[in-house]
Amino acid sequence: MTLIETILAAVGGTVAMAVFGIVAGLFFLGVDRKFAALMQARIGPPLRQPFIDAAKLMRKENIVPENAIPWIFNGAPILALASAITILLYLPVGSIMPVLGGAGDLILVMYLLTIPALAMVVGGFASGSPYATVGAQREMVILIAYELPLAIAIIAIAWRLSMAGIADPFSLTTIAANPVWGVVGPVGAVGLLILLGILAWVTPAELSRIPFDAQEAETELAGGLLVEYSGKNFALFYLAQAVKTIVMAALAVALFLPWNLSSFVAMAPAVAVAADFVFFLAKVLLVVFFSISLIRVSMARFRINQIVSIYWVWLGLAGFVGLALVMIDAILAGV
Amino acid sequence: MKLTKSFNRSLWAFHFNSGSCNGCEIEIVAAITPRYDPERFGIKLVGSPKHADILLVTGPVVKKMRDRLERVYQQMPDPKVVMCVGACGTSGGPFYDSYNLDGPVDDVIPVDVYVQGCPPRPEAIIHGVVVAQQKLERLEGEKA
Ligand code: SF4
Repeated sequence: MTLIETILAAVGGTVAMAVFGIVAGLFFLGVDRKFAALMQARIGPPLRQPFIDAAKLMRKENIVPENAIPWIFNGAPILALASAITILLYLPVGSIMPVLGGAGDLILVMYLLTIPALAMVVGGFASGSPYATVGAQREMVILIAYELPLAIAIIAIAWRLSMAGIADPFSLTTIAANPVWGVVGPVGAVGLLILLGILAWVTPAELSRIPFDAQEAETELAGGLLVEYSGKNFALFYLAQAVKTIVMAALAVALFLPWNLSSFVAMAPAVAVAADFVFFLAKVLLVVFFSISLIRVSMARFRINQIVSIYWVWLGLAGFVGLALVMIDAILAGV
Repeated sequence: MKLTKSFNRSLWAFHFNSGSCNGCEIEIVAAITPRYDPERFGIKLVGSPKHADILLVTGPVVKKMRDRLERVYQQMPDPKVVMCVGACGTSGGPFYDSYNLDGPVDDVIPVDVYVQGCPPRPEAIIHGVVVAQQKLERLEGEKA
């Protein structure tokens, strides 16, 4: 491939993933709202409600507060959306391999995951409102809190794959191609289940959903980080939130549910891609239901100090237990 | 500019209490319970005036709240409508002609829709939101 072709492929892939991320993300936000409504015995909004909300926000006036720092205030939403889309470029979607990628992209994704959150923090501090400042501080604390369990869950899988003698274990493509469940024995499977649970509990914090939405707490902080945002900027954050939903779900799918339909049933290549894509969306739906809707409907918001102790003490401990089980499994398997 | 269809199906309300007796608040909360479920029309309560399309004002505007009400109104991004919920905000209601009022609401900020009752029923509040939405559409149509 010539350089031009490479660049064209990368640009085309990026645009395609951006469109996919936004459309699918908004759709799954709608699905989540519908699930929540059904669980509360309501009819709930139509599935396309997030699209309507985003379109409306785009039409609203865009207010920049007097004591904000305008270029940071306006830049943060763009950074949040762009970085969320960037992560998506490293994640496999069904049997469509990631646009970018290579050795160690799993570590890169872990770092990139913090950038949308940091963009929100920067935007919050730049908006010059005490509510946003408190929200930004809480977001930082939450960011630090959930990093440990998330890292344990991710590293444990990559480590187990490398112990099984698979080359390039820190690449998402490798992880998706070698389902970790096929590698481990029964002890490791228990460990993996624990780690899966941890990832399901990290997801709401990553997406600032109830019960870990202390940084946006509508009732105490009036929207927290986003309190000063309106119109187009707010819409961009809304889209970033949608893309982040897909990112977290796709990450969980790539790590824990990487099977493709085409590896079970023989299919023509074109059909296989489509079938895998639909199967991927079904898996995302599963993740959205269990780790976003179900948790958010069944719980109330935690206080910020409770969030820290939950992640550092309880989920951190659970993570180490899971990691230990995976290690014991590796020893039992004789490697 | 005709309002986009999106406004029809997505109205976010910010609730401002300018010194009400809390009767109207209880009815507003009743209006967002699963029984009435206004989310199916895209109506939801938001925490910040910057996110809102509708300002729900309850209470007769006591002296201390006048400045706050004006500031909250100015902070809302256009296009916006103001809904006055309850007899208090319309005329002073039970607090009519009281020494500590700067209201009613339309002495302080322009009001688009009045919802009557002391307190109004949830159905009336939801109806008020629908009327407010129609008014928003008409105002934007005239601007064009
Ligand atoms: S209208 Fe009636 S119920 Fe509503 S705030 Fe005034 S006194 Fe209370």
